[in-house]
Amino acid sequence: VAVTAERKLDARKMRADFPIFEQQIHGKPLAYLDSAASSQKPRQVLDAMTDFYETSYANIHRGVYDLGERATEAYEGAREKARAFINAETTREIVFTRNVTSALNLVAYAWGLDNLGPGDLVLVTEMEHHSNFVPWQFIARRTGAELAAIPVDAESGELVVDDLDRIAERARLKVLAVTYVSNSLGTVNPLERLAAWAHDRDALLVVDAAQAAPHRAVDVQGLGCDFLGFTGHKMCGPTGVGVLWGRRELLEQMSPFELGGHMIRKVTLEETTWNELPHKFEAGTAPIAEAVGLGAAIDYVNEIGPDTIERHERELLVYALPRLAEVPGLRLFGPPADRRAGIVSFELEGVHPHDVAQILDWEGVAVRAGHHCNQPLMGRLGVPATTRASFYVYTVPEEIDRLVEGLHKVRKTFA
Amino acid sequence: MSEMDSLYREVILDHYKNPRGHGVIEGADVEAEGMNPLCGDEVSIFVSFDGDKIEDVKFRGRGCAISQAATSMLMEMVKGRTAQEVAALDRDELLDEVGIPLTPIRLKCALLGLGVLKLALHKGKGTSLPDEWAGLAEDLELK
Repeated sequence: VAVTAERKLDARKMRADFPIFEQQIHGKPLAYLDSAASSQKPRQVLDAMTDFYETSYANIHRGVYDLGERATEAYEGAREKARAFINAETTREIVFTRNVTSALNLVAYAWGLDNLGPGDLVLVTEMEHHSNFVPWQFIARRTGAELAAIPVDAESGELVVDDLDRIAERARLKVLAVTYVSNSLGTVNPLERLAAWAHDRDALLVVDAAQAAPHRAVDVQGLGCDFLGFTGHKMCGPTGVGVLWGRRELLEQMSPFELGGHMIRKVTLEETTWNELPHKFEAGTAPIAEAVGLGAAIDYVNEIGPDTIERHERELLVYALPRLAEVPGLRLFGPPADRRAGIVSFELEGVHPHDVAQILDWEGVAVRAGHHCNQPLMGRLGVPATTRASFYVYTVPEEIDRLVEGLHKVRKTFA
Repeated sequence: MSEMDSLYREVILDHYKNPRGHGVIEGADVEAEGMNPLCGDEVSIFVSFDGDKIEDVKFRGRGCAISQAATSMLMEMVKGRTAQEVAALDRDELLDEVGIPLTPIRLKCALLGLGVLKLALHKGKGTSLPDEWAGLAEDLELK
């Protein structure tokens, strides 16, 4: 009998890697339930960056000297780690950006301005983060293309995909921009299906993987998408570095986005030609140490295993959802645990999310309150804002207990 | 008294749950509205004048306890005063009444109602919006 042992994540042990948990907040241990906004950083990542700065730092891609070569190797080594992490074919397709927002702006501008026009349709969804919505709205307006959004079912928190063909009748579908995992609801979207549907219409699929890459295995070739962005700071890495992956032939055809140093091949007074991929899209001095930190974060996440992280968060969800549902007056948003990532948004009757978050803060519980850069989705849910708790590798069930106890305290205060 | 007890002190919760001057004035001389995009607080204020005097003032809105309670307190503070007096009202007069320590983010919640009221007076009586409100008007999306 073959036995497959599923690795189990020991979150308590993980926490020892994260120096931030050594402190107390308002005299209580920190329950950090805001990893969907940004994750905390393990010592391994911090040490990798400090070590790089202390031993191997110089500017890259130009030093004839030893240090410059070592720095370039470290930076390009991180690119290879990012390639393997999302199963891209080649590092030529891995563009370092500032974050997912800059990755998506790159696509909207550099691809959109040259490929969209009147009669074309840009399709997004109602659950997009503003970073995958506002650039498309703006570029659609600039080019005269039409913008439409796949609706979200307010009850289930999932995309309404029965109606796609009718939506696409409005104009010639050119691009579908969709999030892999909703940053407000945790909903995991059916990307393979959407990719096949978009490609049937010769349209491109652009994927915001900001909330997916930290929490589950991402395979760009398996998904069949055309562009995908993810960011370091939500997956144990530093701020200031993200990745845009794009299919090579598309990136080859596109004009550059930012112009300046490093992205050029030859500059004369009359004309400039562009550097090869991916450098064509990396103008200026890169976030070098940040990329090294992202590489260390990828190692860290791989060491645990993306599937193990996904299972860990599902277990937390299975524990958290019924416990939260027991809080009187609490309305949960989003799908059941088997169709969502470790993100829980809710509303507490009669209490604004800011007040909820403020009172929880005094219990040492850090949650996010607001519209989560999801104003169209908040409109669909019929709320101005929600309170959101989100989990990661260091989240333990006791923190969910403290969240629930804190919510009872909120109710008592506002009773 | 813990920090929490002082922020959500009884008087704040009382104004939040039983807001004074809550409602709409039909046929008001002027109305203005504003929102705090950061947390989605919304306040609309209606004013009717007797000469320069604020004869009646009401508000409606939704948002956090601080924004709604502070606006409720404001309604009690300004009724019967002249538009010019209220336009020149120092924000500390309201903040003293609110009487709790506020972080910069929560300060915007507490001052939303005052901003909207000064905007209404500006629209109705041409009172000036002090410089300090110009920046706030951008932050708070007054209209």
